[in-house]
Amino acid sequence: MSNNNKTPRIGFYVCHCGHNIASVVDVAAVAEYVKTMPGVVISREYKYMCSDPGQELIQSDIKEHNLNRIVVASCSPLLHEHTFRNALEKGGLNPFYFHMVNIRENVSWVHTDKDAATDKAKDLARAAIQRVWFHKPLEKKSVPVNPDVLIVGGGIAGIHAALTIANAGKKVFLVEREATIGGHMAMFDKTFPTLDCAACILTPKMSAVKSHPNITLWTYSEVEKVEGYVGNYKVTVKHKPRYIVEDLCVGCMDCIDKCVFKEAKFSDEFNQGLGKRKPVYIPFPQATPQVVLVDPDTCLYLKTGKCKQTCVEACDRKAFDFQQKEKFQEIEVGTIILSTGFQPFDAKRLPEYGYGKYPNVYTSLEVERLVNASGPTGGEVVTRDGNHPKTVGIIHCVGSRDEKTNRWCSRVCCMYSLKLAHLIKEHTHAEVYNFYIDMRTPGKGYEEFYDKLLNEGVHFIRGRVAEVTDWTLSQAEAGKLIIRVEDTLIGAVRRIPVDMVVLAVGLEPHHDAQDVRRLFNISCSSEGFFLERHPKLAPVNTFTDGIFIAGGCQGPRDIPDTVAQAGAAAAEALALINAGHVELEPNTAYIREEDCSGCKSCLPLCPYTAITFDESKKKAVINEALCKGCGTCVAACPSGSIVQNLFEDEEIFSEIDGLLKFDFSCCKPMEVNHA
Amino acid sequence: MKYLYYPGCSLKSTGRAYEESILAVFKTLAISLEEIDDWNCCGATAYMAVDECKAFAIAARNLALAEKQFKDEPEVHIVAPCSACFMVLLKTIHYMNTHKEIGQNIRKVLSEAGLKFENRVKIRHPLDVLVNDYGMDNLMRAIKNPLKGLRAASYYGCQTVRPFESFDSNRNPMTMDKIVQALGGQPVDWSLKTRCCGASLTGTIPEVGLRLSYIILHEAQQHHADVVVTACPLCQFNLECYQKKMTSAFGHKIDIPVMFFSQLLGKALGIPESDLGVKRLFVKPSKIHSGQGGKRVYV
Repeated sequence: MSNNNKTPRIGFYVCHCGHNIASVVDVAAVAEYVKTMPGVVISREYKYMCSDPGQELIQSDIKEHNLNRIVVASCSPLLHEHTFRNALEKGGLNPFYFHMVNIRENVSWVHTDKDAATDKAKDLARAAIQRVWFHKPLEKKSVPVNPDVLIVGGGIAGIHAALTIANAGKKVFLVEREATIGGHMAMFDKTFPTLDCAACILTPKMSAVKSHPNITLWTYSEVEKVEGYVGNYKVTVKHKPRYIVEDLCVGCMDCIDKCVFKEAKFSDEFNQGLGKRKPVYIPFPQATPQVVLVDPDTCLYLKTGKCKQTCVEACDRKAFDFQQKEKFQEIEVGTIILSTGFQPFDAKRLPEYGYGKYPNVYTSLEVERLVNASGPTGGEVVTRDGNHPKTVGIIHCVGSRDEKTNRWCSRVCCMYSLKLAHLIKEHTHAEVYNFYIDMRTPGKGYEEFYDKLLNEGVHFIRGRVAEVTDWTLSQAEAGKLIIRVEDTLIGAVRRIPVDMVVLAVGLEPHHDAQDVRRLFNISCSSEGFFLERHPKLAPVNTFTDGIFIAGGCQGPRDIPDTVAQAGAAAAEALALINAGHVELEPNTAYIREEDCSGCKSCLPLCPYTAITFDESKKKAVINEALCKGCGTCVAACPSGSIVQNLFEDEEIFSEIDGLLKFDFSCCKPMEVNHA
Repeated sequence: MKYLYYPGCSLKSTGRAYEESILAVFKTLAISLEEIDDWNCCGATAYMAVDECKAFAIAARNLALAEKQFKDEPEVHIVAPCSACFMVLLKTIHYMNTHKEIGQNIRKVLSEAGLKFENRVKIRHPLDVLVNDYGMDNLMRAIKNPLKGLRAASYYGCQTVRPFESFDSNRNPMTMDKIVQALGGQPVDWSLKTRCCGASLTGTIPEVGLRLSYIILHEAQQHHADVVVTACPLCQFNLECYQKKMTSAFGHKIDIPVMFFSQLLGKALGIPESDLGVKRLFVKPSKIHSGQGGKRVYV
């Protein structure tokens, strides 16, 4: 339409939103008021503008009255800007000839004085009318989406997401920092509340990952660099040397038997240090891939250069390569799922519980290994001093709900403490005490599991434990650990002597979560977990398009929730892939090259690293795909050479003008350059 | 750095051995310590229970006097060895700074007496000064007469690190243990470092106070401590003076020297016992033998 730019024909619609707006704002008065403003052809009020008839009203008015600008005064643009832009498009108008005024959140919901609220709604409408005069048609840009997906972290979240996407026929790169996938779940014995064996339900999924033709599994590898934007990420992955050629090793473990260290004597990380391993080892029997690795910190050859290398002799497949170095590999993917998990709280940070001081104080993860048939004791619950405990105390909320350490509830500890209580009782017939602040068992079958434990005769004492001490008061307490606690239900301080203490440690972000956050250019919440775009409505999205999060890296959660979230993240990635392309919002900034002085002030300011510098032209360049339209560079540019679509100077100034005074002088039809 | 010294009442009476040994140690280490002119009682816990505002005011008078005495220093460091004084002075500053109204009231009271509080004061414990300002390396170099093999149970009492965690953990304080180690001893790893000794209950409800003191000494003996070292005059008094009563009341022999950390440190620094108030102790440290072979490690 040739007359779109020069002679605005504006349609104005004010929405009642049922009683939401109309009960405070006199909508008829607002419509009446706007009717008299220059350029306004139609001014209407309507009960629900967002409804189908409301949208059709706009469409038919466009045709009937030859409208070329639309303003809707209703709710927040976050809710319905998209709806109304679509209506414009259907009516044959460029969707960016539209402006939305929020008279609900900004007016009716926050004011009680009807006259003043109506005046404010008029002011806001006036500003919008003046602004929309200067709107220009904009085109959404579309970029193709690379169908390959990168998943970072091979715990149950990463495994589930990888299999979902691979089963949909898309290629997945699964990158895991450790030598095996499986994450924390692989360490657990049973899972609550059904008590099915963690390994039995996890290991089939692990081998499915390994054998899936659509999954490239890289363990002992880390993401080093991420560039690009939604649909088109370029990622550099670092492969750490395991001193074994992965394709040659079949996991026969002959080399482990033949290692010059006859006895396993080094702390075994997978078993939380309760067991021992050799310098050449496999983390656990079902490790995936079934490939050994050599630990350079304990291997005699790698440390000293001197060793008979009996392991190398034992390997008839010649899989050893002590010359291996870090390798870097670049891949291109369209979407990324982060499922990097959590770390358990370090119990040494609470010295009053004696972890590291008294040998019979354990963390919950250590006990998972103790009760596990493939654990260091073969499933026998035996304390570090070689005894079978007759009484066991489980202390809840260690590093959770605590102002001195972590304030949040770790969500899983009540339930896993119940599970451990059950397993310890089953293995040892010991008396088990749970010390809890509140029992939190919201989940399918969870409360029932708690009931079951109550019936099994597990003791529950309500109160945060003050200390675990070896200070004994009587012969009966001699040699025991004393748990001192205020029992808040009976209102007394109690001393419970036990043989073994289990600290139910909370979940916290990985120590390097901030580095990972920066690497992928996403945000963290104040406690350090990765931040979702919206806590309710976009729980697996991040503020960076095409990057999704799932599992414990987003916050403490149990296995069912983690798997559900991993499925959701996979679906979000698949939705992008299936669409084949992404539309980029056109409210991005661009540089008027002729005005750019090449001062580079804007470069470090961009939070999305969207600005680069063209050395040959000596000008800044904005990558529209990366730009989120925050406007920081626009405000900072000393020569005023950066312009942002939809936020050009004349649009903003006329809006301000309209807001501040009743003056239509600036609304004279004027020549606008639409290059 | 120059420090001001706030002795408090105890160090001039029941805790004279503490004052004598602290002053001797600081002098030997050449740490300048100057007593606050015209200081008054901190109010301790007793006055605080009667009238908090007046209690803050009399404590604050000492702070204002200190600032006046060191009027040109940007920061005035007051060394308060008694744990009650230490805690009360910290508490006074805390309340004046976090509760505007209390701060205004007290400033008004001080101005009536021609004084003012400018918030330049830092309250320091001698343990803090020795370990963190003077430094462990320097301290170890100054040891002339190491007390090899001495098993010392460091007892901090309840007020040194609570409620204010000003220089050490309030759950597992280690500063005094570090000093024990520096002077050649073996710190006893035990869990009653900060448990209450009974404090004034020993005088008001003796059966309760005595039991609390007994628990501490019994536990120290169970851990084969040769000596209990403390940084609080009231703890030292409670733990030392009633040992015979404890023995008869609880049927378990309690017999263990209870000394100020500064006395042991002074000894290791080569200061003569006569300057360390050792003769004032009821349970004579000459009894201390090391656990192995009965070799005398003290005296």
